[in-house]
Amino acid sequence: MTAPLHEPTADAAPSAAEEASLAEAGGAQAVQGRSLGRIAWERLKRDKLALTGGIVVLVLIVIAILAPAIAHLVGQDPETHHENLIDPLFSTPKGSLGGISGDHLFGVEPVSGRDVFARIVYGSRVSLLVGFLSAVVAVIIGTVLGILAGFFGGWVDAAISRVMDGLLAFPQLLFIIALVSVMPNEMLGLTGTDVRLFVMILVIGFFGWPYIGRVVRGQTLSLREREYVEAARSLGAGRLYILFKELLPNLVAPIIVYTTMMIPTNILTEAALSFLGVGVKPPTASWGQMLSSAIDYYDSDPMYMVIPGVAIFITVLAFNLFGDGVRDALDPKGSR
Amino acid sequence: MLAYLIRRLFAAVVMLVVIIVVVFGIFFLVPKWAGVDPAAAFVGKQADPAAVEAVREKLGLGDPIFVQVWEFFKGIFAGRTYAAGGDVTHCAAPCFGYSFRSEQAIWPVLTDRFPVTLGLALGAAILWLLFGVAAGVLSALKRGSLWDRGAMVVALAGVSLPIYFTGLLSLAIFSYGLGWIDAQYVPLSDSFTGWLGGMILPWITLAFLYAAMYARITRATMLEILGEDYIRTARAKGLREPVVIGKHAMRSTMTPILTMLGMDLGALIGGAILTETTFSLPGLGQAVLTAIRNQDLPIILGVTLITSLAVIVANLLVDILYAVIDPRVRLA
Repeated sequence: MTAPLHEPTADAAPSAAEEASLAEAGGAQAVQGRSLGRIAWERLKRDKLALTGGIVVLVLIVIAILAPAIAHLVGQDPETHHENLIDPLFSTPKGSLGGISGDHLFGVEPVSGRDVFARIVYGSRVSLLVGFLSAVVAVIIGTVLGILAGFFGGWVDAAISRVMDGLLAFPQLLFIIALVSVMPNEMLGLTGTDVRLFVMILVIGFFGWPYIGRVVRGQTLSLREREYVEAARSLGAGRLYILFKELLPNLVAPIIVYTTMMIPTNILTEAALSFLGVGVKPPTASWGQMLSSAIDYYDSDPMYMVIPGVAIFITVLAFNLFGDGVRDALDPKGSR
Repeated sequence: MLAYLIRRLFAAVVMLVVIIVVVFGIFFLVPKWAGVDPAAAFVGKQADPAAVEAVREKLGLGDPIFVQVWEFFKGIFAGRTYAAGGDVTHCAAPCFGYSFRSEQAIWPVLTDRFPVTLGLALGAAILWLLFGVAAGVLSALKRGSLWDRGAMVVALAGVSLPIYFTGLLSLAIFSYGLGWIDAQYVPLSDSFTGWLGGMILPWITLAFLYAAMYARITRATMLEILGEDYIRTARAKGLREPVVIGKHAMRSTMTPILTMLGMDLGALIGGAILTETTFSLPGLGQAVLTAIRNQDLPIILGVTLITSLAVIVANLLVDILYAVIDPRVRLA
């Protein structure tokens, strides 16, 4: 479908004029129709809020990847102490608004005087990395087990479903904190910050998979009874063929929706863990950790609390806006 | 109905046992794998080997894990006697053991802190139910209006704000900046107004987060239900709009909201860890966080048990309420 298509109208059903223009563009295309991805993309393009969210997400990803370069560009790095900028009496930054200046765009930290802008930029790496990868872990486990449960039914389904119910009824945050905090500080050849990141990704992903698993199981259950699956089976298709060629393509949409909705939750969980002191360890910068050290200065240096808080807010809001848009765009019942 | 309840109750008990075994597993097996000895942790950093062995024998830390789990269960209902040679300590039922750090009994710690968390969770729940559901219903009824859009923007912002940020912000503005509220926790038994003053900011920030979630769910559910045939029927037979909405639509809208309420309330009663940390409230969440940092297993076990119990009881209550709201459940 490389030929330019008609401009989308507010109505999902193509009007007679459109169909005529489609027919003009090429008979084959008119018969082929638009793919789900195409329809979704056209709906998404019209959703200004979702697009804004998507653009912000892209910008954040670029910031995370280029963090060292960006910090270098403003001539700062997240580790250097600037004690000369700290008021020795109150140990808060000199000057107003937490020491914001041309050199230090977001000011400096109390006590150490480390540059807040550089730490925010570097902190985005932790948030996005954990947010994305833990969603990937959840999607992989959830999809595999969800399909197994839905496709094979019987005791496989019963066992997997009980495990999912159990995990959902667990006091999750408590268990995530407990698991993350008892994990050793060195494993699989990883040390320091890498271990904490690895453990957080695994544990957050592990507690997230039942949400995906439930949806995939339900979809698989209803899909496997459809006529087209029956048709494939009567043509002699094997189980694996039906699984990968008939079922999986139809599960892609719900999986994408739940993944985009899960990332912001995971980012919030990571920030919460770092806030509680069981996430990444200092001196690695993370937003949750900055907020946690800001507790002691919320009255004397409020900017120190506002900046990481707003960073988390913007990131999570952007993902939520984008996720809502993707959901509406992929919704087959949606009228938009 | 009775069979339904018994089935639910049975599932709840199984769940509780599984949770305890899992917690034991996490805190006994993982440290072993990481090479940490709980008996040495109990005695302290510079302990002589004899003292460590005595503690291991007295607390039964050398026993197989199943024996330890069994002793723990027995202690809750029948009390427990710790003995190593001539050194005997009796712990009356309900016995949750002793803290590895402070060596205090766990049960009084739990009963001290439970009211704080319960007050926090219940107060916030009342607020978020009132405002969240009302905002969601209004938005659904006035779909596309300025109110709807405004409310949904606020709600989306609300679910994107971490509580430890809104909490600090509210402290900075109302407590420090304007000086309206003295945000210091005061027990209810000391002074009612003091307690109210200490709880009002935690209640509002917690309720804001949940009200945002509930408003979004209520709106979506209400919109779906307003498209149902039975609503059209109700309107067609000439019922007034308040009756259609209030009696017919609300009843079905409440079902998913009750499910959420059960889970959320249960989880919060078991420890609003983030809220309590932000506002320095001496509740269960704060206790368990300290315990996790100190690897103080008995406190973690105690709080986890209460949390799970709270989740299960809340879900059970929801199931009963379901049966009241939705007659189909009663027949099933």
